[in-house]
Amino acid sequence: MTNSDVIERHIISVLVDNEPGVLARVIGLFSGRGYNIESLTVAEVDSQKHLSRISIVTLGTPMVIEQIKSQLARLVPIHSVCDLTEMGASIERELALVKIINSGDDRIEALRIADTFRARTLDSTLESFVFEITGTSSKVAAFIDLMQSLGEVEISRTGVSAISRGNRIDLSAK
Amino acid sequence: MAKSAAAADKRKTSGDKAPAGSTDITMAGAEILLKTLEDEGVEVIFGYPGGAVLPIYDALFKNNQIRHILVRHEQAAVHAAEGYARSTGKVGVVLVTSGPGATNAVTGLTDALMDSVPVVCLTGQVPTHLIGNDAFQEADTTGITRACTKHNYLVKDGRVLQQTVAEAFHVARSGRPGPVLIDLPKDILMGEYAYQSAGVTEVAQARYRPSTKPDAEAIKAAVAIMKRAERPVIYGGGGIVNSGPRASALLQQLVEMTGWPTTLTLMGLGALPASHDKFLGMLGMHGTYEANLAMHGCDVMLNIGARFDDRVTGRISGFSPKSTKIHCDIDPSSVNKNVAVDLAIIGDATIILEMLIDEMKRQSFAPHKPSLVKWWGMIKGWQKRDCLAFDQSGDIIKPQHAIKRLCELTTKHDVYVTTEVGQHQMWAAQYFGFEQPNRWMTSGGLGTMGYGLPAALGVQVAHPDALVIDIAGEASFMMNMQELSTLAQYNLPVKMFIINNEWMGMVRQWQELIHGGRYSESYSASLPDFTKLADTFGMKGLVAKKLGDLDDVIHEMLAAPGPVIADIRVAKEENCFPMIPSGAAHNEMLMGPEDQAEKPISEEGMVLV
Repeated sequence: MTNSDVIERHIISVLVDNEPGVLARVIGLFSGRGYNIESLTVAEVDSQKHLSRISIVTLGTPMVIEQIKSQLARLVPIHSVCDLTEMGASIERELALVKIINSGDDRIEALRIADTFRARTLDSTLESFVFEITGTSSKVAAFIDLMQSLGEVEISRTGVSAISRGNRIDLSAK
Repeated sequence: MAKSAAAADKRKTSGDKAPAGSTDITMAGAEILLKTLEDEGVEVIFGYPGGAVLPIYDALFKNNQIRHILVRHEQAAVHAAEGYARSTGKVGVVLVTSGPGATNAVTGLTDALMDSVPVVCLTGQVPTHLIGNDAFQEADTTGITRACTKHNYLVKDGRVLQQTVAEAFHVARSGRPGPVLIDLPKDILMGEYAYQSAGVTEVAQARYRPSTKPDAEAIKAAVAIMKRAERPVIYGGGGIVNSGPRASALLQQLVEMTGWPTTLTLMGLGALPASHDKFLGMLGMHGTYEANLAMHGCDVMLNIGARFDDRVTGRISGFSPKSTKIHCDIDPSSVNKNVAVDLAIIGDATIILEMLIDEMKRQSFAPHKPSLVKWWGMIKGWQKRDCLAFDQSGDIIKPQHAIKRLCELTTKHDVYVTTEVGQHQMWAAQYFGFEQPNRWMTSGGLGTMGYGLPAALGVQVAHPDALVIDIAGEASFMMNMQELSTLAQYNLPVKMFIINNEWMGMVRQWQELIHGGRYSESYSASLPDFTKLADTFGMKGLVAKKLGDLDDVIHEMLAAPGPVIADIRVAKEENCFPMIPSGAAHNEMLMGPEDQAEKPISEEGMVLV
């Protein structure tokens, strides 16, 4: 066990029973033990077995990341815990809806940048757009940064959803 | 995310897979509950009635299998269940009502969580259609207790009641034990559902399967490290006691095979007989000089079932700096939490010890004799310091002497000891020698004042013919002394041995040490006359005011058939030593009042608890 103080960003994917209180258990664990949550997404992924996947992006030293994983694994409704960052190649995606209110040249520039980022236009009025952008968190953040310099902006982000590359299945019900 | 109906359907489906020949009997939820408790082997529950649990109390009235002990406060019900559980190894069961019944149980549940005690707590709840309406005696019990239970349930569908109760017992006793709560809305208790007489064990155990068998490679690696040890130490904890008496027998076997010095945590006392010549005494903040220095100076540390608690380690940066650390624990989250270790072995203490001993035999393990002799030489030198010596001169009873005499005069008895929290607790740990596991019940992790009396009550219920002593401080005793009434009702002959110094002694000691002797609010004013208090409950009350009274009082207490309060008036200013002050390391102990003056506490240490 290394005693490194370096703060690392990890994406942890957790398969849980979709039952009342399970999300509160996970969130309570993080707040109660002073861990960070950068983002957290959750939705049912198996309607037959009633399983949900929670994807958590967290920051911590290697010792803290280890603690987070073993503390999560201890919860009764949690089937498996998988550290996608540690396991190597994985894909992460986040979706954001960005509303921008502006006019004139800024409006044209916003549309041009949206095109460069392959954002889709979901809604438009004469003084506003709603864009949908998908990508890694840093791409989404870069797009939002640019939009903020071009007008008044409102943002809704989903948080990171992630999965490993290749033909491996990482998470399964016990 | 709530999909309770769907989840219920799922369980119903799995429940339908009950073995052939099973018959479903329809009965009320409250009856299913008691039936399932019987299936789980429950003989006694500790509880307090109220509106939401009336259907359960009605079913209890008609039940001849389960005995109910009526406590006087819900916190005490949980501590009593803890005492019952820790002295028997069985699951303790609590039954309380909704709202205040549940919130009063929170301290007990947290205590059980911190000390890994298997408890199942049944709480009443308002009927499902009123949940969330701020109904009378409604509290968000599962919300409140989520952080202080190992797991909890709100039963919203009576069809899963039986399975939920069975799973709760499985979770409470499996892996690292802990408290589990089941919140039971009143309509579920009164509704009629099917009870599966063939049982639901398979379904109930399906989703929680903690691993108890360690990795064989890790065992081999451990033996390889142990072979190289020149200055070894075995550091055992409550995990050994929790694993069952066989683990303690195996520990003794290991100690005798290796000849290694062994220390135990507060929770582990009794896992190795106190009289064993390899036993160094308890370690940690108020541990012995030799145990702490052995931990500090060792080159191989074998931790079995202990969790590197801050009371044990002192300042982490100064903790056993030169050792290779092997950590055996049933809970993977205990590994590398406080202290980074070199080898982790995950599993149940009994199985780990069995495999370890087998592997040692296979590899024909032999301790490194010359270096072990040298190491013991150093330890014997530390033992000569006689760190637990105290000066019993004059007529005033020293608290250490009182506990030492209590121990000496009860060696022939089948004795169980509980304590409250504070100086008397540490003195009991230091001066009362435990020869067997499950004989010592104390609030270690949470440090709950008021634990000892209700815990003793629970122990006495489990062992009606044994000698059960609550070694108490007068301040802690006052925190749950309503339970005197319970002792009286059931004539439970608990002996309450109050080390009375008229102070919250440990608070006073810390104020003396780090707050310039400003004794803010730590004096026990307006104490009752404990002998008269005993009298009002129809018990025997005794008082020892001077040294000459002590033995007579102890003898008289032991001879009395019923409960006794013995008020032992001790030296008021006595402090608990040795002490590792907060923020200090094992080799920076204060041995007595002289040291205290010479070694001021660091700024960093002052902020620590």
